[in-house]
Order: sequence, then structure tokens, then C-alpha cells
Amino acid sequence: MSEALAVRGLGVALGGRPVLHDVDLQLPAGGVHGLLGPNGAGKTTLFRSIMRLIPIHAGSISTPGGVGYVPQRHDVMWDFPITAQEVVLTGLTRDIGLFRRPRRAHVQSVADALARVRMTDLRSRPITEMSGGQRQRVMIARALARRPQLLLLDEPFTGLDMPTQELLTGLFRQLADEGTTLLMSTHDLTHAIVACDGLTLLNRTVVATGHPGELRSPKLWMDTFDVSEHSPLLRQVGMVHRATSLHQHPHADYEEQAC
Amino acid sequence: MLTPLDFLHDLVNPMLTFLPKALVVSMVAALVCGVIGSHVVLRGMTFIGDAVAHSVFPGIAVAFVLQGSLVVGGIVAGVATAVLIALFSQTKRLREDSVIGVFFVAAFALGIVIISLSPGYAGSLTSFLFGSITGIPDEAVAFTVVMAVGVLGVAALFHKELVVVSLDREYARSLGMNVLLLDIVLYVLVTLAVVMSIQTIGNVLVLALLVTPATAARMLTDRLVPMMATAAGIGAGSAFVGLYLSWALDVPTGGTIVLVCTVAFLLAWAFGPRHGLLRARGGGQPSWRMTKPNSALLGQS
Repeated sequence: MSEALAVRGLGVALGGRPVLHDVDLQLPAGGVHGLLGPNGAGKTTLFRSIMRLIPIHAGSISTPGGVGYVPQRHDVMWDFPITAQEVVLTGLTRDIGLFRRPRRAHVQSVADALARVRMTDLRSRPITEMSGGQRQRVMIARALARRPQLLLLDEPFTGLDMPTQELLTGLFRQLADEGTTLLMSTHDLTHAIVACDGLTLLNRTVVATGHPGELRSPKLWMDTFDVSEHSPLLRQVGMVHRATSLHQHPHADYEEQAC
Repeated sequence: MLTPLDFLHDLVNPMLTFLPKALVVSMVAALVCGVIGSHVVLRGMTFIGDAVAHSVFPGIAVAFVLQGSLVVGGIVAGVATAVLIALFSQTKRLREDSVIGVFFVAAFALGIVIISLSPGYAGSLTSFLFGSITGIPDEAVAFTVVMAVGVLGVAALFHKELVVVSLDREYARSLGMNVLLLDIVLYVLVTLAVVMSIQTIGNVLVLALLVTPATAARMLTDRLVPMMATAAGIGAGSAFVGLYLSWALDVPTGGTIVLVCTVAFLLAWAFGPRHGLLRARGGGQPSWRMTKPNSALLGQS
């Protein structure tokens, strides 16, 4: 199967301080992949290096099918007087070209991207009047406008309530089924274990990567999050694992879809 | 008091040729400031606008002492400061607002020292700081109009790119856009808008032309281009009414224009159809959301 992302031996230093070293991460086409790690583990740095926003000093990164970026929501100026479809169009700025107006194909790409995130009805609404979940979907559509194979989502669930998270999870599932690969960082371990096809535990380097069911050893989580064996974090992870396996045993065929 | 009709008569009075010239320069400058100021307000870079406005002053002072072109002097100093601010604001090492604070007060101080070298500077100082409607040469009027066309043209050409950067710098970078270059373009446009306005409004009050009409326009619309058009209209209208009132009441022009702008802002704030105070009271959107400073722009780039 073709790879959507191949990171090999990646090393990144910021201001002379090493942040990432020997990072290896390969993602196949399609699927939702979670990136977990404590604050300062280098999750955003990994994203920024994949987007070529910061120089890398070792290794290689390849994104053969193109990559779309959904930065954290607080990076966007939500007070800006602009509609959803205009925001999505900004994703095509380079494709349109300097001093040029959008052409038919660009308008069509915007319409397609808005349709994929189910925002067609709200396309003319100013972003100031949108809820957190709607804004997140606009940002995803902006990234989708160039039809990338890989989508990087930096903490897409932060600050969203449960129903909105569920809605987005459904959207991610649908995008993954259409062949897009999603790599999302999150602090919500429960959600990641339940909703992702694969997980990567990151702390300066990849501690472990695999299907959530394969990452049951408490040691992996202790190493990644730098916590003791008494940490509530381990209990949470263990409980989620137990719950998902209980839930999945009677429906073995459902497992593929649920994760 | 002089009626508006008398004012129109005075405008065509051959004894008062400075008056229509002042009117054209004020209105064109206010119009351009409305458009460029919309970017300034939306980016939360009011302080940068202030810095550029003040840093124009030493250039004008040097030009005055050397008997050169005040406009060219102002542009050189303003652009130099704009580029410096753009360069400094790309790194996280220094708090951007502190750097700006250091630079622009220093520039202003330099201007005061330089202009004091010229004999009889007190009168000139007053007209630089607070504006003057007399003594605008014919070529300055033509120059202002040409510059306005140029500034608006460049703003239109880079509109799409400026919007992307204002909306989300990080994303603009991820698209491979040259954010530093676009920042410099915008800062230079701000400088030119400021230089155009200094003649009639004065250095101290020019910030109001950049910020007040655009802020008022933001209360009235949720679309960028209509906001720019509204801001331009409010600015040009305020310049007209302000010049009339200052002529009729014999009070300083710059201050009067700024006060008229402020009244326009207060009206928009109170009666704005979507974000206005009265509308907010009635259960609409709160009207103070738009003034939140943009942390992504100030220091986090």
C-alpha cells in the first residue's frame, strides 16, 4: 500500500535545543492516527516540520500525496470579517497565484471541500458567528481544498464539548474511509484509544506505535508521559482498553469499523 | 456661524485657493487611511500604525532642515522603521510591543532634536504635529492623488495574500507564502497613508484616521471589502464635515476631523445593525468581541 507519510530518522532542534530525535513514522493511505504525548513532547514541532515550517537537521520527511494542515484553533483570527467559503478559498492562495483571481476550478474545489465537512449550508456565514465545531470544520475544509492525501490536525478537540467531538469524530471516520490519512495530536487519551486506527506515543522520539489494542503495556504510557505506576493516567488507559475489548469481543467484525 | 452653503462658496472663492486644496488632500488621505486602516484594525496592529506614524517625523524634520521634500523625507524614515519592525517581529526573542515602544519614541525624539536645529522651528513644529490647511503647494495635491491611486492599487493587488496572513499567519507560512515580505508591503502602505495625511491632520492625530473609521466600519459590516469601502466613506465624509466645521468655527482642522470621525464611531457603536450596543442589548451579538487583540500577531510569530 502506498504511504501517505514517511518520516525517517527525523531530528529537529529549536534555538539550539534538540526537540525531536530519531523519529520514525510511516502512515498508510487512509485511517485516523492519533499522536499522543505530554506537553513539550514535540507533537506540534513534528507537525511543523512535516509542513516545512521549521528546518530539520537530520532525517527525511516525505508526503507523496500532499499534506493539509489544520493548526490549533487559537492561531486563527476568528474576529476577521470573512465567510466560511472565503476562508476555505484562502487554502488555495498559492494555486490561484499572485495578482490573479480564483477561477472555476478553485471555486469548485472550495464547494467540494465544504461539502465534505457538511458545511455547504453555512458557506456564506461569517466565521465570527460560528460555533467551535463549525470553525473546526471550516479549518478542515480549508486544508482539504487542495485535496491532500494527508491531513495534520493539531489538537482538534481542545475546547469542544462532547457532542461536537462526536460529530467531528464521525467526520474524521468518513474522511478516512474516503482514503484520506488523518494524523491528529490530542490530549484526550480515552478518545484517541476509542476512535483511532493507530496510535503513536511521542516523547522527543517515538516510544511506541501501533493499533490501540497493541499498546496495553503500562510501561509504554509511563515512559511516554513520565508518570509513576500509580498515575490515574494508567488507570484511565487500562479502563478504556478493558471497555473497548469487552465491547468488541461479541462483535469482532465491528472492530474494524469502530476503530 | 458660517452655513454649509457659505462654505461651498468659499471653496470656489479665488482668494481662498488653499481651501479646496486642503479639502482634496484631507479627503483623499482619509479615504486611503480608511482602506489601509481596515487591515491595521483587523490585525490588531494599531500600535504598529502608531509607531510608523511617529517614526515619519524625523524624516520630515531632516527634510525641513535641509529644505528638501517633506513627503520624501517622511516616506524614507517611515519605510525604514516599517522594515525594522517587520524584521524584529519575525522572531520571538523580543517582545514586539517593547521594541516598537523603544523605536518610535526614539524616532520622535530624534525628530524634535533635528527640527530644533532649524531657526524659527516652533511654528513649523506646530504645523507638523497638529496639521495645517494653509500652504499646501499645487504639486502636493497632485502628488497626494497619484500616491492614493498607487497605494490603493498595491493594496488591491496584494489583497488576497494580505487577508491570508491576517487571518492565520501560521497557515500562510505552511502554504509557502513569504509572510515577511507581505508584512513589509502592508507596513509600507501604512507609512504612505500616514505621510499623505500628515499635512492636514498632523503627526499626533494621524493614527485616528487609520483606526477610527475602520473600527466604526467594523461595527457596520461583517465583510472585508464593504468594511473598507465604509471606512473610506466615513473617513472622507469626516474630512469634509471636519474641514467645514473647523473653517466655520475657526478651530484646528486636524482635531476637528478626528472629532467628527469619533462621533461617527460612537454612532456606529451605538446603532450598528449587527454589533451595535442597542442591538446587543436586544440579545444580539456582543459588540466588544472585535476589539480583542490578536495574540498570534503580537509576538507569537
